[in-house]
Amino acid sequence: MPPGAIKAVIGPNGAGKTTLFNVVTGFLTPQGGRVIFKGEELQGLPPHTIAALGVARTFQLVQLFERMTVLENAMVGRHRLSRAGLLAGALRLPGTREEEAAIRRQAWEALEFVGLADRAHQSAAVLPLGLKRMLEIARALALAPTLMLLDEPASGLDARETQRLQEMILALREQGVTILLVEHDMSLTMEVADSIAVLNYGRLIADGPPRYVQKHPEVIAAYLGTDWQA
Amino acid sequence: MRLSALLNRWTLFAAAVLLLALVVDNDYYFTLLNFIGIHTLLVVGLNLLMGYAGQISLGHAAFFGLGAYSSGILTATYHVNPWLALVAGLVICGIAAYLIGVPALKLRGYYLAMATLGFGIIVYIILNEAQKWTGGPSGLAGIPSLAVGGLSFNTPGRLYLLIWPTVGVILALSANLVDSRTGRALRALHDSEAAAESLAVDTARLKLKIFVWSALYASVAGSLYAHTLNFIAPTSFGFMFSIKLVTMVVLGGMASIWGSLLGAAVLTVLPEALAVFHDFEVVIFGLILMVVMIFLPQGLVRGLLDLWEWRRYKREGGHIPV
Repeated sequence: MPPGAIKAVIGPNGAGKTTLFNVVTGFLTPQGGRVIFKGEELQGLPPHTIAALGVARTFQLVQLFERMTVLENAMVGRHRLSRAGLLAGALRLPGTREEEAAIRRQAWEALEFVGLADRAHQSAAVLPLGLKRMLEIARALALAPTLMLLDEPASGLDARETQRLQEMILALREQGVTILLVEHDMSLTMEVADSIAVLNYGRLIADGPPRYVQKHPEVIAAYLGTDWQA
Repeated sequence: MRLSALLNRWTLFAAAVLLLALVVDNDYYFTLLNFIGIHTLLVVGLNLLMGYAGQISLGHAAFFGLGAYSSGILTATYHVNPWLALVAGLVICGIAAYLIGVPALKLRGYYLAMATLGFGIIVYIILNEAQKWTGGPSGLAGIPSLAVGGLSFNTPGRLYLLIWPTVGVILALSANLVDSRTGRALRALHDSEAAAESLAVDTARLKLKIFVWSALYASVAGSLYAHTLNFIAPTSFGFMFSIKLVTMVVLGGMASIWGSLLGAAVLTVLPEALAVFHDFEVVIFGLILMVVMIFLPQGLVRGLLDLWEWRRYKREGGHIPV
């Protein structure tokens, strides 16, 4: 995957898209093959180590910290880039205060980016689904990732929210974040992706720019259907 | 505004502790207050583990016992300085918690509960059987009181002045912790371990850390307990006491620092005040645990607030109070 690009992975249900995500982020260990990120092999590493290298993800079924506020959710995203340990936190050492202030500031920035700053002090549990997805992105963004994996970010979003999501994905690329996207919303995928990989039953059947993939006969047969015309 | 609210709470706490010290003139009440304090230390620690990190321990009394016996044996048998013995107890408890935690925290839910339960039973058996060291079932006597300079904490009133400032410090440390980077990671792992991992939180390590940390609170409580009673016996550190601690956490409210104080207070005073507790203690604690879990799952504090809100809502003809 080229850095700074948006790559989409599409395919019918059960094609292995989420499995691919779980392998890349360490939630599953592959039986064979390698995952290379910045020249390092990732397979077999635990998820938190992979995240610490700058790989962030969202979940197909939203996984927020529901008993925490919106702001606190984003603050957890800063875990990778802060240091204070248990003892420093309990004693509230001077250095910890400064770090805490920085964490809050950057969490606010992430919330502002996704448009959730006005709900910062609400409980994450009460957000509607669309905003929950936005908060997951903000939280992942707070980690300052090099690579961001978005697992069906548009599912459950209305047209306006999807439009907003599209702008956000493009803005992320502007910031130099590489994005791997799994999405069933084809118009969104075709609009934002620089290239698209098509999976079917765990097999890669096509890989190329959107225009190429749209006309690929096997892709049309397996997934897009004959009535998809961009 | 947050800072002033916090300041008020701590000033209030300090004022209440001082006021009680001046008003109470009876050793019995001081003793009761001292036990509330010692229980609070245990409950806050267990609450960090259960309420915040979401890890269930049914063997917390074992760490309390390890702390108490470390202090007891070192001071009564080997005449070590009590403060040094307290530190030794912390080291022993910390190491024990670490060794138990590494395998046990790989387990989840019921299995973790079972593993900690097993640990509690093993410690209980050792306290009974290692008679040469512990004095066995008949207990260990002759534990000296703690002293600073010439002042010996050998009366309930003096012990009060040692125990309650300690409680204040532990409550403050815990409140700080919960609202820190580590505290947020703890609460995060409780809600979604997968999401916490995806944000670079090493959940296995964090669980181990908080397990050891909560054992350290129990160790302090154990040492204070040993020097308060000057005598300890295994029955104080058995399975039943672990269950009492869990009940205190649940009654006060999971993930509530101040609730821990309330839970400890209520369940320390009730058995003293109600004679029925003597014969049916196990049944009553079980019943309290059940009733709270079913009707007040968020604990006494939140539950009563909800009830009050609901009554006001009904009284005002169904308008949501602002």
